[in-house]
Amino acid sequence: MGILSFFSKEKKEKLDKGLEKTKESVFSKLARVVVGKSKVDDEVLDNLEEVLITSDVGVQTTVKIIERIEERVSNDKFLGTSELNNILREEISELLAENNFEDLKDFSVPVDKKPYVIMVVGVNGVGKTTTIGKLAYQLKKNGLKVVLGAADTFRAAAIEQLEIWSQRADVPIIKQKMGSDPASVAFDTLQSATTQGADVVIVDTAGRLHNKVNLMNELGKVKKVMQKVVPDAPHEVLLVLDASTGQNAIEQAKQFTIATEVNALALTKLDGTAKGGVVIGVSDQFKIPVKYIGVGEGIEDLQVFNKVEFVDSLFK
Amino acid sequence: MFENLSDKLDKAFSVLKGHGKITEINVAETLKEVRRALLDADVSYKIAKDFTKKVKEKAIGQDVLTTLKPGQLMVKLVKDELTELMGTQVEGLNLEEKISVILIAGLQGSGKTTFTGKLALFLKNKKSKNPLLVACDVYRPAAINQLEILAEQVGVEVFTNRESQDPVAIAKAALEHAKQNGHNVVIVDTAGRLAIDEQMMNEIAAVKAVVNPQETLFVVDSMTGQDAVNTAKAFNDRLDYDGVVLTKLDGDTRGGAALTIKSVVNKPIKFVGTGEKMDALDVFYPDRMAERILGMGDVVSLVEKAQEQFDTEKARKLQKRIAKNEFDFNDFVEQIGQVKKMGNVKDLMGMIPGMGKAMKGVEIEDDAFKYVEAIISSMTKQERSNPSLLNGSRRQRVARGSGRSVSEVNQLIKQFNDMSKVMKMMQGGGMKNMMKMMGKGGMPNMPLGK
Ligand SMILES: Nc1nc2c(ncn2[C@@H]2O[C@H](COP(=O)(O)OP(=O)(O)O)[C@@H](O)[C@H]2O)c(=O)[nH]1
Ligand SMILES: [Mg+2]
Repeated sequence: MGILSFFSKEKKEKLDKGLEKTKESVFSKLARVVVGKSKVDDEVLDNLEEVLITSDVGVQTTVKIIERIEERVSNDKFLGTSELNNILREEISELLAENNFEDLKDFSVPVDKKPYVIMVVGVNGVGKTTTIGKLAYQLKKNGLKVVLGAADTFRAAAIEQLEIWSQRADVPIIKQKMGSDPASVAFDTLQSATTQGADVVIVDTAGRLHNKVNLMNELGKVKKVMQKVVPDAPHEVLLVLDASTGQNAIEQAKQFTIATEVNALALTKLDGTAKGGVVIGVSDQFKIPVKYIGVGEGIEDLQVFNKVEFVDSLFK
Repeated sequence: MFENLSDKLDKAFSVLKGHGKITEINVAETLKEVRRALLDADVSYKIAKDFTKKVKEKAIGQDVLTTLKPGQLMVKLVKDELTELMGTQVEGLNLEEKISVILIAGLQGSGKTTFTGKLALFLKNKKSKNPLLVACDVYRPAAINQLEILAEQVGVEVFTNRESQDPVAIAKAALEHAKQNGHNVVIVDTAGRLAIDEQMMNEIAAVKAVVNPQETLFVVDSMTGQDAVNTAKAFNDRLDYDGVVLTKLDGDTRGGAALTIKSVVNKPIKFVGTGEKMDALDVFYPDRMAERILGMGDVVSLVEKAQEQFDTEKARKLQKRIAKNEFDFNDFVEQIGQVKKMGNVKDLMGMIPGMGKAMKGVEIEDDAFKYVEAIISSMTKQERSNPSLLNGSRRQRVARGSGRSVSEVNQLIKQFNDMSKVMKMMQGGGMKNMMKMMGKGGMPNMPLGK
């Protein structure tokens, strides 16, 4: 497997472990379906529907995938199982938005932006703070100077939580008291990072449900204040999605994109039984690439997303 | 909260309109829509399938009586079926023991700690209990701090031991502490864990064995997708929990997980979380939820909520004032305070039949009343108690003082006058009558917009 060669063995195992269930429940089921059949028929497509739906791919995207497959099948009535697998792989890959990060071997950021500012957003409990801790660790390991900003000033002990991660990753953190203005924390963070000559700034924000207008507006304000220090900040608005979330993730992506122009996704908790299939539709509909996947609670449990590898791992 | 699903079903049922009898043919399209709506709502694939099958069996062959149109009949069938799926009983907590122990379990990020705080507040205020919270999440950074802060917010004691990495030992010590300090409820918060994490599942099973809880509650995020089946079942296999807590229902998730879980593990949903504030906790009423899914509104719980918050003594006084035509801006501010106490304004509106749909896209912010209050607080004492004093120049002054435009001030005064009239019309029934009226769709022109 050439594609995976740049992953250390350990890392690869972890990913496989995380994706195993996805693979098992999606593709081994599918394999069972088509076993003993030499061609794709309606029953196979019906079962494909079940497989995709139960992976949270969603009705709309599932219909889309199936229609595309049907089209190809109608051209070649005697399509076999292995061809179906290939087609499926191609169709799913195609739906995942192009990720310019893909060519990078490891965690890094564009060098022409200094500091490169990442604002992390998402609903409550998806894994924003944890992802920040892991990402800071990886970037620092690659020789980048990282500064964290504790702009979740709302949730009880959120600041302390990020602080512990900053210690684990051994990077500085800028914070104020609980209850202070998140925009002000972001401002301080960017200012300090600029003075320190930091390469990357990662700003944590409080979890918020995307239907709360005033909380969503607050994110806009945080963004604006950042721009007082770094005019084109944030360069990256990273929306964190929980793999166990169902179709609501689409609404989350929509609303967060409206409020903050999300341009990257992180998919967390892929080490669980949830399949995270909704990310396919999210990526397709909003043309936002998945950049990172979370595969555990440990500091090493973050990986750069690579769609070829992602889809490939599903089939292995 | 299930607006989208009810929209879908509305659409589905409208397909039936114009047909006088339910047949295999005219029901097919509807059922397809119902099934799709359920899947879009994250109801498990299998359950959605079974569900539509059941509805179909019940629908077909039914002679549509003159009183019901086929669409209405289908609404009823679907609603009955949904209700059945979600359980038909309201079940409370078992707190009979001298020290009742409640064990909280669930995935990472599902909202366990927040719920622990809310439950403590609920038991303290509504059940006159003296709860002890126990911090057994020794893994997540600052999890203990989080519980400590929440405990302080709700005014209950919390038991922690930062030296220990052993949740079983902590739980055991906490029980002893509760005995010695006169606590009658112990709520054990635990770390989030994956159902496939053997070691962690063993750990919580061990905690359960040592604290012997009266209630083990499984906390699950209402946004959960198809995985709800697996996780709910896996936790149940290990813990045989007594009830489910559905969190983050103040979001716009369709909440199909609620339907799934109930029917998979057959355990009641005992609470729902509806916000980040410590009082944003509700009891789960399956039948009302089914009505809500179908957009029939939840008038009953709205009225109850209003009654609970409403101070009857003040109400009597207010009635008198309205009757005597003395309703003024002071009363108005107080009324706003009442409404605010009842919780998120949008939640309230969502409970009113027909409003769910009407309110879609309309955003009412939690602080929708802020500008109203700003304007009123810029009035003088005399102006507040005698609104007719507010002539043009006074209005201009008020506008300047509150930082709002004159036309906003004018609009508010007009709304105030309309409201006074409505209240007089209701013969001074106050909030309660107003709510009833709102329930009937005769919404007075409340100043809720931006
Ligand atoms: N199993 C697993 N748990 C995760 C992952 N990412 C985060 N978590 C856990 O999810 C919970 C919520 O994470 P947190 O970072 O506090 O979420 P936030 O509220 O979005 O900042 C914590 O218990 C984390 O340890 C992941 O990739 N896998
Ligand atoms: Mg956080």
